Amino acid sequence: MALATLTLLAAGVVAGAVGSVRIAPADVARIVSNYMGAGFTATWPATHEAILWNVRLPRVVMGALVGAGLSVAGAAYQGLFRNPLADPSVIGASAGASLGAAAAIAFFDGVVHLPGAWAPGPVPLFAFVGGMAAVLLVFRLATAGRQTSTVSLLLAGMVVGTIASSLVSLIMYLTDSQARDAIVFWLMGGLSGANWRKVVWLLPYLAAGLGILLWHGRELNAFLLGEEAALSMGVDVERLKRWVLGAGSLLTAASVAFCGIISFVGLIVPHLVRLLVGPDHRWLLPVSAVTGALVLVVADTVARSLPWISELPVGLVMSLLGGPVFLVILRRQLLPRT
Amino acid sequence: MLRIESLTVGYGGAPVLRGLDLTVRPGEFVVVVGPNGSGKSTLVRALTRALSPAAGRILLDGRDLGRMRPREVARQLAVVAQETAVGFEFTVEEIVALGRTPHLRPLRGDTPRDREAVAEAMRQTGTVPLAGRLITALSGGEQQRVMVARALAQEPRLLVLDEPTAHLDIAYQVELLDLVRRLNRTQGLTVLAILHDLNLAALYADRVVMLKEGRCWADGAPAEVLTEANILAVYGSRVRVVRHPVTGAPQVMLLTRGTPDPLGAAGVGSD
Repeated sequence: MALATLTLLAAGVVAGAVGSVRIAPADVARIVSNYMGAGFTATWPATHEAILWNVRLPRVVMGALVGAGLSVAGAAYQGLFRNPLADPSVIGASAGASLGAAAAIAFFDGVVHLPGAWAPGPVPLFAFVGGMAAVLLVFRLATAGRQTSTVSLLLAGMVVGTIASSLVSLIMYLTDSQARDAIVFWLMGGLSGANWRKVVWLLPYLAAGLGILLWHGRELNAFLLGEEAALSMGVDVERLKRWVLGAGSLLTAASVAFCGIISFVGLIVPHLVRLLVGPDHRWLLPVSAVTGALVLVVADTVARSLPWISELPVGLVMSLLGGPVFLVILRRQLLPRT
Repeated sequence: MLRIESLTVGYGGAPVLRGLDLTVRPGEFVVVVGPNGSGKSTLVRALTRALSPAAGRILLDGRDLGRMRPREVARQLAVVAQETAVGFEFTVEEIVALGRTPHLRPLRGDTPRDREAVAEAMRQTGTVPLAGRLITALSGGEQQRVMVARALAQEPRLLVLDEPTAHLDIAYQVELLDLVRRLNRTQGLTVLAILHDLNLAALYADRVVMLKEGRCWADGAPAEVLTEANILAVYGSRVRVVRHPVTGAPQVMLLTRGTPDPLGAAGVGSD
């Protein structure tokens, strides 16, 4: 845990230093310390400070928040569904958010704007609402009386997700090519639009979601023995499902709303962490948060510092780098240890 | 300890238990038997509150189970199921420690009291040597002993077992039920066990309750309940009931079709 946190801080400093304008890592540390009240004299050019504080740092912080949120949501869902294939999108949050975002880009961009400089634009707003609406629909579909079936949740989530994706395709088919490009770019997921305003919007949702999931870590452990076993150990399983799904959806919808679809991090980080610390959610959830933050910050730094391309969407980098790494680890697990 | 009053419960509209009355007194070892579909497992699911009663009620020390918080129930009543599928790689000690769930608050670590309860549960069940092993690497019999340890870590007063020996070989069947009887005799743990095997029921029960179609058909000492007449009426099977040559408990001998029956077709009491 401490090791992962230190690595994350180091990665943050490196991520701040790397880019089209190189800034010495020591200067990165000093500039950030100054914003926290330290009194280093400025030996660096003012442009460095501006680039770091206004462009790179919000992006690093946002990457860390989104990485942490998606990883913890994935870890909690894998526990709740007792299924290693579960990821933050299983109950429709990402697909619903995509539909909201696509609709906003195609029909409402420039039409709906909340007043005030700090208001989010229509795309994150519609994406967040779309994601939460999809999850609520899935939850209602899978609930009879007071009981929610996890199998029905997965099935309803898959179907609602497919319907939402088809509607996104329909919107892309009907709209003009400019909006189509914007939707495609949004779907690929990226942190390029990061700024402090978005970070401030994201922070409360992520804090609430993470807090709720960490709070239920021990009950999620009991849940791994099965629903009825958890009941017999005093876990109010229906309440647990509502809280975990609600918090996970909040994390996913808020992350996706500002960054588009960033797949994979929520699927593989929990698996990696489980190999390191075991399945106990009291460790799995916090370590997944820090590791997820680390992985996404690193992936984003790679994404924007490839020499021959100006910038790749981080979602792509995540899948292209993370996929093979995960397969190697999976393969190692399967082979007998010598 | 446990009183079940005209309990009706089932799935959807079809009740499986239809007005069941059953009482378990403190310190008793009660075994519930009955054919498939007679409501044995439904009874357990009603006790864990996976199913809520359509009518009637379950009283635990005089308090209505339906009005107690899940944590309160779990501190009184622990359940060992037929089989527990653990998909994730927990160690034995971690599994046993899960039994402390109803005693703990979120975000808090284990207290010395919790660690003591876990150690005691493992000592009583002989699972200490398995502590660091992965649960997924154990045999079925060992896994069931770990599940009993986990249930004991809850420090319940009533232990409910739902066909705990169904997947075990004879050595592990006897080992597990010996363990449960020892806990019953030495710790005063009240036991309500669902068993498929009538002979095991006869060997371990203080009292046998035989269910038929969701109601209590017979309730009493093993020799009073496990008779040829009752078994014919409830299971529709012709059997001979004999005395166990060592313990004297009734033991059920199955008759295949065509076996000559010296006592005639109609079941007659064994004594």
